[in-house]
Parts: sequence; C-alpha cells; structure tokens
Amino acid sequence: MAEQHIPLDTHTTPPMRVNVKILRFNPETDKKPHWETYPVEAQASDRVLDVLNYVKWYVEPTLTFRRSCGHGICGSDAMMIAGRNRLACKVLLRDVVKDGGTLTVEPIRGLKVEKDLLVDMDPFFDSYRAIMPYFINESPPPAGERLQSPELAERMAHSSNCILCACCTTSCPIFWVNGAYLGPAAIVQAHRFIFDSRDEATHQRLNIMNQNTGVWRCRTAYNCTEACPRDIPITTIIEEVKRAVMYQQA
Amino acid sequence: MHHRFDVLVVGAGGAGLMAALYAAKGGASVACITKLYPTRSHTGAAQGGIGAALGNVQEDHWEWHMFDTIKGGDYLTDQDAAEVFAKDIIDAVYELEHMGLPFSRTPEGKIAQRKFGGHTRDFGKAAVERSCYAQDRTGHMILQTLYQQNVKEGTNFYNEFHVTDLIIEEGRCRGLVAHHYATGEIHTFHAKAVVLAAGGYGRIFKITSNALTLTGDLMSIYYRKGLPLEDMEFYQFHPTGLAKLGILVTEGIRGEGGILRNADGERFMERYAPTIKDLAPRDIVSRSIITEIREGRGVGADKDAVHIDLTHLPREVIEGKLAEITDLARTYLGQDPVKDLVAIQPTAHYAMGGIPTDINGLCLTDGAGGSVEGLYAAGEQACVSLHGANRLGTNSLGDLIVFGRRAGTAAAQYARQVEYADMPADPERESVATLEALRSASGKENAAVIRRELQESMMNNVGIFRNGPDMARQVEIIRDLQDRYRHVSVSDPSRRYNSELIEAMELGFMLDCAEAMTASALNRTESRGAHDREDYHERDDANWLKHTMAYKNLNKPGDVLIGYKDVALRGYTHAFEPKARVY
Repeated sequence: MAEQHIPLDTHTTPPMRVNVKILRFNPETDKKPHWETYPVEAQASDRVLDVLNYVKWYVEPTLTFRRSCGHGICGSDAMMIAGRNRLACKVLLRDVVKDGGTLTVEPIRGLKVEKDLLVDMDPFFDSYRAIMPYFINESPPPAGERLQSPELAERMAHSSNCILCACCTTSCPIFWVNGAYLGPAAIVQAHRFIFDSRDEATHQRLNIMNQNTGVWRCRTAYNCTEACPRDIPITTIIEEVKRAVMYQQA
Repeated sequence: MHHRFDVLVVGAGGAGLMAALYAAKGGASVACITKLYPTRSHTGAAQGGIGAALGNVQEDHWEWHMFDTIKGGDYLTDQDAAEVFAKDIIDAVYELEHMGLPFSRTPEGKIAQRKFGGHTRDFGKAAVERSCYAQDRTGHMILQTLYQQNVKEGTNFYNEFHVTDLIIEEGRCRGLVAHHYATGEIHTFHAKAVVLAAGGYGRIFKITSNALTLTGDLMSIYYRKGLPLEDMEFYQFHPTGLAKLGILVTEGIRGEGGILRNADGERFMERYAPTIKDLAPRDIVSRSIITEIREGRGVGADKDAVHIDLTHLPREVIEGKLAEITDLARTYLGQDPVKDLVAIQPTAHYAMGGIPTDINGLCLTDGAGGSVEGLYAAGEQACVSLHGANRLGTNSLGDLIVFGRRAGTAAAQYARQVEYADMPADPERESVATLEALRSASGKENAAVIRRELQESMMNNVGIFRNGPDMARQVEIIRDLQDRYRHVSVSDPSRRYNSELIEAMELGFMLDCAEAMTASALNRTESRGAHDREDYHERDDANWLKHTMAYKNLNKPGDVLIGYKDVALRGYTHAFEPKARVY
C-alpha cells in the first residue's frame, strides 16, 4: 500500500506483504458467508483498521464494517482478528501476522451478521438496558458535589472504563449458546453502579444479577478478560458481583 | 417512513445528549438521531477535563475563567457568551456529578481538579487547577453518563440514521430528512424544533485527532441553503498528537507537569511563553512546535516532531491520572512514557467556527440578528461564539454541557408555544435526488482519492501557518476537486448498509466545509488566535475585530460571499478590553 501509506513510527520499518482473508457475507446476494483474500503491502506498524480501509478505498469498495474514532475509544470496530476478538484500530499488524502470512478477519460471534463484518448490535444494547444502566439516587443532592473518597471512587475505576464494544460478550461461550445470558459487558456495567457508593439501587441491581440470565451463568472461561481492549479484569469483576449477590451488599 | 416529535436532536455526543435530556425535562417528546450508535460519538475521545471555577484545589473565580476564555480566544470571543458560560459551568459540573459521573477525587472527597493550558489565577498571574477530571477519560465518562440519563429518561434513539436535509421554509425549521443505513430507506421527521449537535469536520485535514465520521454534515447542509457559517478560518491544531497518527495526547499531560523538548533536549516553551511555559494556549504551543521543527530542532526520522517528557513524574501519576494516554503511546508507538520520551506533533483538532447561534442556541441567518425559527445548534457544530479565535483546553466539554442544555431548554420552550408547521408536499425530494445521483453515477473518480487530495492540500495550504498565495491556490484545488466529485463512482448497488454511498455523500459535505474555511481564511488579512498569516503577521483590531460570516454563492458554484458580525465586547456585568496577548 505504498500509495497511501501513513507510517506509524517515527522510525520507518520495511514494508510487509500480508494476505488479508476476510469472511464476507451480503444477505441480499449470498446464501452463506465465504472467505475472500486480498493481498496487501503494509507497514508492520499499521493498524488492522488501516489495512481494512485500504482494501475498502482502493480494492473492494463494497467491503462493509463499522469504524469511527480509530484509536480504541468509541468501540465501533470490534471484530475477530486472527481468531481473537479485538478492535481493528487498536491492534497493529506486527502483533497478529508475519511477513508473507495470512491474517483472518471475521465478524464477532453470537450476533446476527448484517453484512460482512457488521453485526446487529441491538440485542447487545438490550442486555445493557436490562441492568438499569443509570445512576439512581433520589435524595436531594447537596449544593455542591456528593463527597466520595478516592478509595471508594477507585472501586469503579475498572468497570467505568467500559466502552460497550462487545468484544467480551461475543467471546463468551455461554453467550454463544444462550443469547438470553446478559453477558460480561452488561455485568461490568452493573458493577459500575453496584460498587458506586453514591448509588441507592444496589439491591434492585443485585436481584437482576441473581436471575437465571445473570451472573450465575458465568463459568469463568476468562475469554472476556482476554478479549477486552481496555484491559478491564472482567472475570474478576464478575466474581465481585457474584460475591455481592451472595452477601447482598457491595 | 414518517415520524413526528416535538423536538429532534441530531447527534448523540455531549451536546446532543444534554439537549435531548433538557428537551425531555421541558415536557417535549424527543428523538435523538445519530449516524453512529450512542456512546460511539467523539465526545468520548476527550481526555483531560472540564474547566469550572469550583476552587476545590486552589482559590478560583468564574470571573477569572471568563477572562481566560476571552484572552484565550484572542478577544474574538463574544463576552456575553463567555460570562454565561463561566458562571453556568460551575452548576453544570455539579449536575454531572449528581448524575453519577465518576470524577477523580481530592483527598477530602471533592471533585479533583488540575492545571490546563491558558487557565490562570487572578487574570493571568499563574496557572490554576480548574480542570475537573475523571482520570484522563473525562469525555468518555461524560458521554456514558449522559447516555445513561437519556436511557433513564426514555429518549427515543434513531441509530445509524444519516441526516441528508433540513426542511426550512418561510424562515422556520419544520423537520428533517434522513437516510436509514440499515435499509437504505429515506425517513422524514416532522418537528416543532430541531437541535443540531453533530460535531465537527476535522477529517478535511490529513493529520487529525478527529474520528473518521467527523465530516461536517450538518454544517454543510445549513451552508448549502445559502445560510452562513461563522468564523470558519479559526481551526485549532492541538499541539500534542501522537507523531504521524494525530491521535490526541491530552493537555492534562502538561497539566500534570509534562515538558515539551526539542532535539537538543531544550524546554523550548520557556522562550515562547516565559510565564506559563508549557501551559500556554494551544495555538501558541502548536506554532512554537512548528517553529522548532522548521528551524531544524525536530526529532524522529523526518525531524517533524518534538518530544513530550514525563520521565521525571512518578510512575503512579503516569499510570493512574494519565492511564489512557500511557496505553495509547505503548500501543501505537511502542513507547513507554514512564521511561521514554514520546514523539508528538500538532494535529487538527477543533473547529472554533460553525453554525452561528445566539446565546440560547438559536441559529442565525446573518450578522444583523436574523434567525431560523425552531432551529438550534450547540457544541462544536455551533459558533456561539465562546471560543473566539482559539479555544482553551477543557472549554469544549464545558461548551457541550452549558450550551447543549440551553439549546435543549430553548427548543422545548419553543415547542410548547407553537403548533407543528406544515411540511412541504415532498420533503424528501432533494435528498432522494442527491442519493440517486450518487448511486447511479458512472464516473471514473474514486471518492477516496479525492478525499486524500483534499486532506493533504488542506494540511499544506490552510494549516497552522497560512499565506495568501497558498490559500488562493487551495481555492482552485477545491474547485477542481468539486468538479471531479461530480464524476465520483459508487460501485456498491446494495440498499442495505451501503457504506460506500455514505462515504461519498460525506465527501461532498467535507468539500463544502473546506470551501468555507479557505475563503474565510484568505479573506482575513491579519493574524489572530489559531489563524496565523505569514503575510499579515499582526493582529489588526482596527479592521478585524469582527466575526466572519461565509455564505455559499448559490448562483456561482465554488464562490463564497463574505459578510461580518459584530463581536460582543461586553458581558452582562463584566467587560475585558482587548489587549496584547502575552503569556
């Protein structure tokens, strides 16, 4: 991709040749998904998103995927890259493929594929909505801020870091076989409120977590933790919620 | 398909979500239309904080914040907007906290605050801790919190709808038309009031911190109707983008004590801003960096970057308060701020200009107080004008909250007072024609190639340092690109999720924004704030203490008509005389 290449390092690295193998599907014309391979020349320091954009802009304009911020904060471009869920904008080629090798890119699993790498996100956001994902404290607020110690604020530092990209939920084997399971992302969101000292709806949320679609479905496969592009210790967080459900307090 | 709501909000970033929330609180039925999914908006990329004179760490006053905002804006800031802002933002930050926003905390449990560029105590004496922050992901937490509140409030969301047209007839906005990405269908939305809050257009530049989706859609749609865009020549380059990538490195990194160094290891900001050094406003720091690079003191293989040095800071500060940026530097550059100097260069970041509005977000049609009834704008899309010629760090998040709230409130109030105005017989006619023309275009031009040429030429000719001949050439380049755009091809025939069609449409919007920016910049023969002319190096208050209003000449393609609007040089209780801008 010499023509449009934007090197990422201040040090120029030699270009590499990569076969990008993408699982494509257009329900308007295809009966089932099929692999297509695009040979590209790229820098080891390119993002996978740069390579997908290159293919879309200069080789195959119909290739469809979501993307926005390009640096791992908006959560649009979750995909299965080299067999693992990641954000295409937050993984560099050198970390997933060797020179001359093949890089596979597939849609995340467990959600309906709408076109190529783009899936139906509505069920994912339905699970999010099910945990009452909003701060609840009906007592009149003070004139200034509600006080919270740095130590108490720290309890939700990890779970409030979630960007709802769905990398975790769609890597979970329980979610693949049972779509009713709320999934890791929704539990992380619940944790953010359950462990917020200012929030007053702890018991309502713990009840939601205690239902048969809640935390007890988790079998600690750790896929979610490995998939999280924000390095949230998701399995640990789910364990914290399980304990909170057992003892009915955060 | 046809929909009807009292208030429509376009955009689901901070300004849009705040407007939707306040329109709902005002009793209106509300729908929020976004071309992304909510929580994907670029407010989430803001890192460092939201400035408000809470005084939690050090004495502070809203008057000082008002002054800093005006001086930061090189006196082009409307002082009534700055006064309302500096007062309102204090309550607004507390309101965010009451909504549950997980701010970082002081040892006493109050909202934590840190220093930021251009924010000072006692009218410029020294830097002050004014930026309220949630680690270095403040924008992320604002976006999440406001979306959560909208879920609670029951706001209707239309996700992945691209607005293609606004319906304005007889001086009143009646609704809008949008393309549904999932189906390719055209929907019409009938409304009493519409709030535009769809963000900026940084993608017209090659190196930018902006998302791929920030293409100025609604600014362009407004401008195509012969309505003005204000102060488009004022575009902020953030001094610290990751080298080559443009990804934002928060100014909080300097607020926490980070130091800019050139190839000689020199703390060069001491020469450009002796009092507040690395914490000078962004326009000044960006120009200083480019000057160092031009004079041969850049770093890296191409000597086109400088270093930010954090190595003297404790590891826990870097990995705690600056966790986000530490992760970005490690991921993309393989550099660890704990022990490495990180290579940075200025990156196109923020539009000070946009759709002109009054203090309540009402969209203006000229420099004499004319307006579009029922149409409001807020956030980066709008020009109120809080930021004048250069925005201070943290004031963008503040702008979203304060003016998003005002626009939502005003829209609901207006909706309560009026009946629905009739929609025209076929509101979708122009949208359908535009989209079908793109779909059926059989030309040989590739939208990606035109876009790349636009981005590179804007970077070279209308970047940090500007001059007449380069910009005159850019006017011609844009006209040529517009001609070629008419022959762009869209090869994907599908109706569903046709991203090639969307990208081609967005390129048309980008070309309009670039056209208005270049004409406005060429016209302004002075240097002020972010607009720096090598051929007119001084600020010229006698001739140029006024806002630019750029109108598309509907009778002559590629031509822009320029008008002006007075600067509000007084607030309601305070006024600050224009002075030389020294830090």
